[in-house]
Parts: sequence; C-alpha cells; structure tokens
Amino acid sequence: MAELTYRDAVARGIAQEMARDEDVVFLGEDIAKAGGVFKATVGLLEQFGPLRVRDTPISEQAILGAAMGAAMTGLKPIAEIMFADFLAVCYDYVANEIPKARYMTNGQVKCPLVIRFGGGGGLRFGAQHSQCVENWCMQFPGLKVVSPSSPVDVVGLMAAAVRDPDPVMFMEHKGLYATKGEVPDGEIVDTLGTAKILRQGTDCTIIALGMMVHRALAAAERLAAEFGISAEVVDVRSLVPIDTQTILGSVAKTGRVFTVEENPRVLGWGAEIVSIIADEAFYDLDGPPIRITSPHIPLPAADLLEDMVIPSVDRVVETIRRALTS
Amino acid sequence: MARQTQARKNGAAKTAPRNDILLDAYRDMLMIRRFEERAGQLYGMGLIGGFCHLYIGQEAIAVGMQQAARPGDQIITAYRDHGHMLAAGIDPKVVMAELTGRSAGISRGKGGSMHMFSVEKGFFGGHGIVGAQVSLGTGLGFSNKYNDNGNVSFTYCGDGAINQGQVYESFNMAELWKLPVVYVIENNQYAMGTSVERSSSEVELYKRGLSFNIPGEQVDGMDVVAVREAAIKAVEHARTKGPIILEMKTYRYRGHSMSDPAKYRSRDEVDEVRTKRDPIDHLKALLEKEGMADEASLKEIDTEVKRIVAEAAEFARTAPEPDPAELYTDVYLEA
Ligand SMILES: Cc1ncc(C[n+]2csc(CCOP(=O)(O)OP(=O)(O)O)c2C)c(N)n1
Ligand SMILES: [Mg+2]
Repeated sequence: MAELTYRDAVARGIAQEMARDEDVVFLGEDIAKAGGVFKATVGLLEQFGPLRVRDTPISEQAILGAAMGAAMTGLKPIAEIMFADFLAVCYDYVANEIPKARYMTNGQVKCPLVIRFGGGGGLRFGAQHSQCVENWCMQFPGLKVVSPSSPVDVVGLMAAAVRDPDPVMFMEHKGLYATKGEVPDGEIVDTLGTAKILRQGTDCTIIALGMMVHRALAAAERLAAEFGISAEVVDVRSLVPIDTQTILGSVAKTGRVFTVEENPRVLGWGAEIVSIIADEAFYDLDGPPIRITSPHIPLPAADLLEDMVIPSVDRVVETIRRALTS
Repeated sequence: MARQTQARKNGAAKTAPRNDILLDAYRDMLMIRRFEERAGQLYGMGLIGGFCHLYIGQEAIAVGMQQAARPGDQIITAYRDHGHMLAAGIDPKVVMAELTGRSAGISRGKGGSMHMFSVEKGFFGGHGIVGAQVSLGTGLGFSNKYNDNGNVSFTYCGDGAINQGQVYESFNMAELWKLPVVYVIENNQYAMGTSVERSSSEVELYKRGLSFNIPGEQVDGMDVVAVREAAIKAVEHARTKGPIILEMKTYRYRGHSMSDPAKYRSRDEVDEVRTKRDPIDHLKALLEKEGMADEASLKEIDTEVKRIVAEAAEFARTAPEPDPAELYTDVYLEA
C-alpha cells in the first residue's frame, strides 16, 4: 500500500498496462520528454522508450486518426488530448470515425484504444480550458466513458480501459491531480460500468462524478452533522456503460435523489440518470429528483465568478436541506 | 504617449520621420516588457490566477508589425496576447485588470488572460485553442475583401500552432480567394516543452505556404527595424495581391506560461539570447549610435513607461471585483 497522487496514479496505471502488453503505445503533446503538461505521465518515456511513448506535434486530428489507424491494425494506443476542451478540435474522430468502426464494418475493424484528457474547472483557466465534456462523449453509441475520482480508481479504470476491446474516453479531472489516496501494491484491474457507494445513508442519494464526488462527500458530512440528514453518496465513475443496479438500489433505499454535476445544465449526464430513474424507479421516489449543476453559461475566468458557477459544498448542502426539510 | 500617437495618427508610419518611428518602437517595446514583468510579479503575488503567458523577448514583432498597420486593419493572435494588445494601443489598465479578474477588465473578468478583445482597436483576440485564430484571421481577410475596404488582417500564430490542420485549410482558401492576410508565424523555437526540431519535419516555417503559392519570408524577429520593413512590404502585397507569410525568428525568455519552469532548455541558451539578441537592447544601441536619442531622453521614456505600468497595476489591484450578475450577461444578446 502506498499513498499516491491522482497524477502519479495516471502514470502508474499506464505503466502497468505498457509493461504487461507490448501492443500498448502512448502518444500525445508533451507527454514524453516533459512528462505531460499536468505532470501525469512522468517517467514513462524513460521506462518504455521513445518508440512506445511519443511526443506529437500540436495536431489533435492526426493524433486521434493515427491512434485509430494503429488500433485497427492491432495496437492498443492510449492517446492524450491534454485539455478536454481540445476534443472539439478532433471531434470527427470522436464522433464519426472511432465509435462507428466496429458497427459499420460488421465487426471486422476494432478500435481498442483509450483517449484520455483532463477536464473540469476551478483553476481559473477560463471558458476554453475548463469544461466538463461528459455529454460530448456520451452521445455516441460505440464509445465507453469513464471518469475516476480517486488515485486507486485511476489505476484500476485505466487498466480496464486499456484491456477493453472497444474505445474508451477516459476523463481525468484537473482539479484532482494533486489529491492523494491509498493505492494497493501490485496489479490493479477495475471493471468498467460499475459505480461505487462511497458513503452509506438512508435519507437521500447523492450521485456525483469526478471532482464533484469530493464535494458530495463533504456535503454529506455536513448534512449529517448540522441537519441530521443521512445522505448516501454514489460515485458513478462510469457513464457508458452505466451501473443502473447500484443507482436504482440506492434510490430504492433512500427515496430521494440528487445529482451533482459540474457540466452546464442542458444535457448533463445527470439528466440521463434522472430519466432512467423516472423510467425504472418512479414509485420508489418520495419527491422529485433534483439536479445540482453549473448554470448553462460558459465558464468565466475570474476566480470569484468561477466559484459561483461550479456547484459548491454549500450549494449542495443548501439544496438538499431545503428539499428534504420543506 | 504623445509621440506614439502622433506617428500612429499619420496612419502610414512610413511617412513619419525615422527617429520618431524608432523612438515610438522603443517606447512600445519597453511598455510591453515592463507590463509583462509586472504581470509576472502580480501572478507571483497571487493577484493573477489561471494561465498567464508572457511575451517577453518577442516585443519587436507585435510592435514592428503594428507600425505597418493602418486604422481599420485587424490583429488576431492566440493566448500570448498582452503584447499585441498594448501594441495596438489598448489601455494597459483594462488589460491588467482583466488579468486580475476585475470588473474593469476589458472582458469584465469573464475572458481572462487568454481571451481579450477590442473591436474598436481592431484586436480580435485572444484565443485559447491553438490554431483556431488562423482560420478566424482568414475570415477577417474575407470580410475586408468583400467590403473592398483596403484593410489587412494580421494573423499571428506560433511555431507549434503551425502544425494544426486548419492552418493549411486556411492557407489554401486565402490564396485561392486572394484574401488580404499577413500570416505572422512567431517562431520562438518552442511550443510548450517541444522545440521546433522535435515537432516539425520542415523547420523553415516560412516555406509552409509554398505549395499553396503563398510567398514566405524569414525575418529577424529580434530586430524591430527588420520587422517593420518586412511588414510594410507584406502589407502592400496583402492589400494588392493576396496572402503572405512572415516567419519571425524570435525567442521567449520566460516559461510557456507562469507555471512552466522551462526545464527543457538550458539556462545558457536563454542567457545567450538575452545578452546577444535582446530586441530592446538592440534598438537602444541603434538609437544611441545614430544620435537619435541620448541617455537622458531614453531615461525619460523609461520613467514614463514605468509610471504607466505602475498605474495599470494599481488600477488592476484596486478595481472592484466583478458583479455576480455579469455571469449571465452576453451569453446571448438578451439574458
Ligand atoms: C488545440 C490545442 N491543442 C493544444 C493546446 C495546448 N497548448 C497551448 S499553447 C501550446 C503550445 C503552442 O506553441 P506555439 O504555437 O509555438 O506558441 P507559443 O506558446 O510559443 O507562443 C499548446 C500545445 C491548445 N491550447 N489548443
Ligand atoms: Mg512557440
């Protein structure tokens, strides 16, 4: 057992898979010599050499296109797109090429690749470097989408993503890179499509992802201490496929559900979950599902403004308290 | 800034007396240098957050290019934009206040260092997505051509951005339609931690337009006189014939952004450029050699620039925080 930062866990997860499988290659901007702009890939070049760990020009379309071409012919590339926002620059590959290859070719062509990137705000990077892009990824049949909230999940989900026979969008959160957590020694392999209950509760279910998981946990502590409200916290972790069993089980137990989403409101991942709950667990509910999201606006750069946009612990506590005590 | 505005008002800077032009350039370059140094300090003090990309070392480019611009011409660049803004004559106060995220900032705190605009001064940003501005700058040229207004788009990008695909889509379109665009490649040798040699199969970046029939020229971007002369010719070409590329050989002294310790290059490499090729020292020496300025007059400029930058910093430090209601304005015309 060792304490690892989220950023070191990224390198550890990739290293674990590269050591195991020679077909795994890693490419992206400044990932090799510089160890990544987020310093999440330090040491990989030294460990696996320049053939397998490659710095690229600033050419996102070529990065994803090359990753796809390599995946179609048997390699298992991990491609970094640095900031989540830059996915838009190479969106054709995300939207039209990679997810549809297996389907359109009658299974002849597979794309076992991982696209990883850092999303999320709180770092004052402004509207073009801070977005949560879950819904940019979730909407295409053929893509899997995961987002770890802790170092151990980073390692385990990375392994699961690399070993998966289909393309996986691996969303890291920039605000979590410096956070730490215990990571067991030895090989760690997690399972895509599984949520985790991080805190047991009986009065309501809070479903969160990425950085919002930490805020949900902090809010649950305060709800218990200050208002005697017992909140269960579910880290959804995997948006496609999604662990409806864990989610619906928790809702059946508590009868109230809140999502905490960093993304702008319209078409956030929580809307999909709420719609599943409405379909399948309507009669378990004691009140309306409530989504706590960023408003539907671009993210401002100034610290004071940015802090008002992204759901805060205060906002989560206040929203839930009001809903449950009125 | 009396002299500066005087030469600018003449529109065609070509016709102003040479020593006025060079003293303007000196003042403008020094303004950018001192502004950026101060921005770096404010960042260190925690008054500026997020990203902050300094232009130190590259001052001769924005300033020399601007001397060939006429009112109505447009400028567009990426996130390393403070220098271009000051060169375009935008008030240092509102730039610095945007960096500190205050309501008096040019984007009222919503844009930040990478996203600033002044349509009034022809400055069209300020863009965080590498390469995006190249297509936008091409569109500015399209508009100029359509309106037949004689204006030129000054479209800047870096040596890293030049490997983005849309750059070549834009080059082709610009030449096909003979758009009045001067593409300025600021080759400062590095894109974040990657040197040009490690990112480009063809490192002579001025050649990047050749297969589209766009002429290109390499210019010493550390020599404001050379930049200015190349700019005047390029603007003439753009106005009358179509797009042209200027590759400016330059160097950024600081890290990519304030959070980059720049370990991918040696101290000696940086010191070598600073001591031998510094654009401001170079111009200063020229001014003194040609008797266009003496210690005292340069000192006077120094003092004035320092005062303006100090005022901008004070303004940016004390201006009120943004109004929360601003969050919802300008998402659409009507909130
Ligand atoms: C599409 C896109 N990819 C990557 C980045 C991250 N990034 C920001 S600046 C930069 C380097 C750009 O270098 P260059 O074009 O040489 O400009 P310079 O920073 O030297 O002024 C990179 C890779 C980005 N902002 N946008
Ligand atoms: Mg560069």
